[in-house]
Amino acid sequence: MAFAPINKNYHDFFVVRDKDACINCQVCVRQCSYGVHFWDEARQCVRHDNTKCIGCHRCEALCPTQALLIQEKPSNFKANALWRPVFIKNIYKQADTGGVLLSGMGSPADIPVYWDNLLLDASQVTNPSIDPLREPMELRTFLGSKPTRLEFEETPEGPRVKTKLKPNIALNFPIMFSAMSFGSINFNLHIAMARAASELGTYYNTGEGGLHQSLYKYGKNTIVQVASGRFGVHRDYLNAGAAIEIKIGQGAKPGIGGHLPGEKINAKVSETRMVPIGSDAISPAPHHDIYSIEDLHQLIYALKEASEYKVPVSVKIAAVHNVAAIASGVVRAGADIVAIDGMRGGTGAAPAMIRDNVGIPIELALASVDQRLRDEGIRNNASIVAAGGTRCSADVVKAIALGADAVYIGTAALLAVGCTLCARCYTGKCPWGIATNDPYLAKRQNPDIAAKKMANLMKAWAHEIEEMLGGMGLNSIESLRGNRDKLRAVGLNQIELDTLGVKAAGR
Amino acid sequence: MKKIYPNKEVCIGCHLCEVACVTAHSKTKDHILAHNVEKAQEGLAPRRNVAQEGAVCVALSCRHCQEPMCVAACISGALTKNTETGRCEYNEEQCVGCWSCLMACPFGSIRRHPFKEKIVKCDMCAGRDTPACVEACPNAGLVFEDRGSD
Ligand code: SF4
Ligand code: SF4
Ligand code: SF4
Ligand code: SF4
Repeated sequence: MAFAPINKNYHDFFVVRDKDACINCQVCVRQCSYGVHFWDEARQCVRHDNTKCIGCHRCEALCPTQALLIQEKPSNFKANALWRPVFIKNIYKQADTGGVLLSGMGSPADIPVYWDNLLLDASQVTNPSIDPLREPMELRTFLGSKPTRLEFEETPEGPRVKTKLKPNIALNFPIMFSAMSFGSINFNLHIAMARAASELGTYYNTGEGGLHQSLYKYGKNTIVQVASGRFGVHRDYLNAGAAIEIKIGQGAKPGIGGHLPGEKINAKVSETRMVPIGSDAISPAPHHDIYSIEDLHQLIYALKEASEYKVPVSVKIAAVHNVAAIASGVVRAGADIVAIDGMRGGTGAAPAMIRDNVGIPIELALASVDQRLRDEGIRNNASIVAAGGTRCSADVVKAIALGADAVYIGTAALLAVGCTLCARCYTGKCPWGIATNDPYLAKRQNPDIAAKKMANLMKAWAHEIEEMLGGMGLNSIESLRGNRDKLRAVGLNQIELDTLGVKAAGR
Repeated sequence: MKKIYPNKEVCIGCHLCEVACVTAHSKTKDHILAHNVEKAQEGLAPRRNVAQEGAVCVALSCRHCQEPMCVAACISGALTKNTETGRCEYNEEQCVGCWSCLMACPFGSIRRHPFKEKIVKCDMCAGRDTPACVEACPNAGLVFEDRGSD
């Protein structure tokens, strides 16, 4: 190709335009933030440059005549089981740039998805199933430390609980919006998540970018996060939410920090994060005040002091090899909630090598953490929240049966507002107006519409969870929690079965 | 009375409202024929106009004013105010192409027909329950609602 580097032609997508259907309205030209479509003055029609397309499908979705089709480029390298095209193209890219391969969203790598190997039980003959439309069904979930035993005392008004209970947060369903910082996604979606969580009676997590003053009013349904960069952390922030979460790690990039490029730091982000406009916001890989479980203990209690022991403190860790032992340490350090983020969890930006090669799947991590905490007799000291790769309500049900108290959804919430998993979040040019702070693009997320869609998704999942519970003859999510007898596995080996604590189907 | 209100906070400048307006006022009511055939043959043009300055976009058109300047200025009686529906109505037959209304409209909502000596003006999609532009907008950049008298 003339005037361009040779490797430019090894692009991933191409645009098919149905010339008979195209009305040259230029909607595609305006929607594509990667400059693929353009008005050709000489030919007096809309044309496109395939090499720039990243496959987000925005143009296809908005074309009024369905004239567009975005396809994977079928041009094939000679088949090679070792050197798959992604490796070949990455080498070309790095030979050109000398840089780290960046990526966004969760890992697309072909790693077993254990949800797909797990099957749910249902009642037949010997125990009745329950119709959730006719009978009460309890999805209410409390997160936080539970006492080992309850003591009661007699009072003139009747018996009363004597045991001092630790603060818990109450969720109408066992699903929350995962930490996605303001900056990595824009303000419109933060308002949307806050409103959806408030309407539904659940929680959204601020992520590590602080909380804008105008969102304090949703504090009852907010979990405020404290990460290694300490962005936007101050006394009012810590007291603005219903829970505090210390972020140690993230499933998409365990062991490494974060980097919000200066281009994404506009006035509002700067004000919220407390960093200068246009400067890079760098979260260090470790918390520089945490080098041991004892240090974590200190931070947990510093935050509890700062919030006067009124809210539970959560600690979020990435699912890594020794996750069970780490989680045990975290609970012993005083965490009221342990959030575990599996390796398929999303991100705004991560080195592709880390995202695709570090960590373990959430299903295995969750099962081993739950088991370890039970074995050590400390399971009631903390709730477990599973994150990273929950695709549907059945995944939620399976996670709860494996031992989770609740799940965090991030990617699913973004899909609800249009995301197509193009994985270019790190460019800041998201054509769907999600992972961008460019005002022209961010407007594509109307907070009213986004809040409605997010709330709809959760409501739909809640209905489905009720149906599945009813089918199993359970009338409360509490009866499913850690109830692995409700799960059977297909296609797994004995070690996997043992780790998941699940019987093979047929047993 | 229901009117169309643009919202610049969420208008994304996609121009789908203009596309819908053209189709809604075509003979065939078909996107492709309206734009690829009728536009050239009949001079079909959008009655709505998306204005953009930097990141700010807004889809402007006739506001169907309470006291319309265009009606007052019209020398031939082609423009009238329907007090029942609230519409500022236009009768093309009667228009003589003097452009008085064009000059009178404080919002620049009236355009010249591309080749006839006539004007082009929003009719709030008479005959449709929801105006075409409102229905086509993907982001609620236009809403059709009753906000009382204004
Ligand atoms: S949006 Fe569709 S109809 Fe409009 S110019 Fe693009 S391809 Fe053609
Ligand atoms: S909008 Fe997305 S899918 Fe369409 S051409 Fe641009 S990058 Fe490709
Ligand atoms: S109301 Fe109808 S005529 Fe008026 S701008 Fe909208 S689509 Fe066009
Ligand atoms: S269709 Fe809606 S968002 Fe698009 S330009 Fe018109 S008013 Fe704005």
